[in-house]
Amino acid sequence: MVSTILNASLQTLYMVFFSTLLSVIIGFIPAVILTLTAPDGLRPNKPVYEVLSFLVNVFRSFPFIILLVIIIPFTRFVAGKSIGTTAAIVPLTVSAIPYIARVFETSLRETDPGVIEAARSFGANDWQILFRVYIKESIPRMLNGIVLLTISLVGYSAMAGTVGGGGLGDIAIRYGYQSYNTDYLIICSVILIIFVQAVQMLGNYLYKKLS
Amino acid sequence: MIKLTDVKKRFGDLEVLKGISITINDGEIYGIIGQSGAGKSTLLRCINGLESYDGGTITVDNELVSIADQQKLHLMQKKMGMIFQNFNLLNRLNVYDNVALPMKFWGMKTKTPEAKEKILGLLRLVGLEDKVDARPAELSGGQKQRVAIARALVLDPEILLCDEATSALDPAITRGILSLLQEINEKMGITIIVVTHQMEVVKQICQRVSFLKDGTVLAEGKPEELFIRPIKEVKTFLQEESGLLPEKGVNIQLFFTDKSSDPIITMMARELGIDFSICWGKLEDFRSNVFGSLVINVDEKDKEKVLDYLTAENVAWEVL
Repeated sequence: MVSTILNASLQTLYMVFFSTLLSVIIGFIPAVILTLTAPDGLRPNKPVYEVLSFLVNVFRSFPFIILLVIIIPFTRFVAGKSIGTTAAIVPLTVSAIPYIARVFETSLRETDPGVIEAARSFGANDWQILFRVYIKESIPRMLNGIVLLTISLVGYSAMAGTVGGGGLGDIAIRYGYQSYNTDYLIICSVILIIFVQAVQMLGNYLYKKLS
Repeated sequence: MIKLTDVKKRFGDLEVLKGISITINDGEIYGIIGQSGAGKSTLLRCINGLESYDGGTITVDNELVSIADQQKLHLMQKKMGMIFQNFNLLNRLNVYDNVALPMKFWGMKTKTPEAKEKILGLLRLVGLEDKVDARPAELSGGQKQRVAIARALVLDPEILLCDEATSALDPAITRGILSLLQEINEKMGITIIVVTHQMEVVKQICQRVSFLKDGTVLAEGKPEELFIRPIKEVKTFLQEESGLLPEKGVNIQLFFTDKSSDPIITMMARELGIDFSICWGKLEDFRSNVFGSLVINVDEKDKEKVLDYLTAENVAWEVL
């Protein structure tokens, strides 16, 4: 039992860590494009903004379990296989990208327009404003977004069991719920609670430190 | 010299500036006063190219400010520092890095001994040398504006644009900021343009002022002249109460708008051998000079004598 749960914990950590990391890196790009092309952005561009915004919404409206299944061919293409812990990272990342893109966009666009105007008045160009003002000022808010994402990915990773992803959620469902083994259910849940708490506390600490 | 000629600007259907012509001399503190919506902030933003304009011309040292030539505009923006009502500091940078930020935009090093000397020198000028490492959140409003002033000076500008710079501050702090601006103007010879809706600001530091209303200039001149003896348009703008005056006799208003120190009232009483009462008066501080007006009430029979005396003594007057 101990080794099963330890193994599952590591699988959860593995899935959550890599899907968070990848989605943050990839999701940052549409977030920046959305921020730049928004009506109040540095390079307002209605068609680009509307299309990208629509795509983000489309991907966000898929229930995760459905997304998991319909992108199996894509998962196979990227991960080389469609089942297993590593393969589960693909749908987790795909579902997290539009979410984090929207969160980052909101964080970036919350930057005080007065500060942007001040930067412009001192002769800053658009790139300098993007990096030295927008991104720099938004880091604590974006960090909060990453914490929220990590925590919801812990929940999603439980469903990854459907494609053989393993993890604590999977053990809780199969060994605990379906096999009427309450011990597994409780232990897995407690570990997940501790995990979520730890992420939140680390996030709060970093937010304080960075802002 | 900053020269605005027939500057026009519209936002959609709304005409914000309806042909503004103003000339601001080097080394001057020039005020642009008006209620909100008068177009004064827009006008200021047109001067440093943050905002485009639709008609007329704006030149700074005979060079046209135009967003068509971004490269030239960029260089011109370096000559013009700007401070704002809400200070607009970066929350995540400390005081030193906030002041250094414009240098970064221009690719200058900010940690070299020369850069340090310059930035610390500016912080000394604004009186914040002990707050170098503080974050904006730890500063009061007045201190934030001082950081913003240091930041606006770090690129060695020739012009400082102030957009409602004291509107978010209380009166005592405002006085401190205004005397700092005056010091900068005198010590560094920087031209300062002050946009505000606060009369006290204009009275305390501006050498000349324009009254802006609905996108046009109502009046332009020295503050002491415009405030003490306002023309009709300005009077309605100021909405000042004129006091309750006696109905008997003649009320004569005397204006004191230059630095004459003759005790004119007592001199007149002695020389003409008449009595009169002072029934209304207002004296104000204009750039450390006291100017104002008095209303005296004289008998009908003394009216001519008094008026002749005042004219001979070069005192401006008006029978009310």
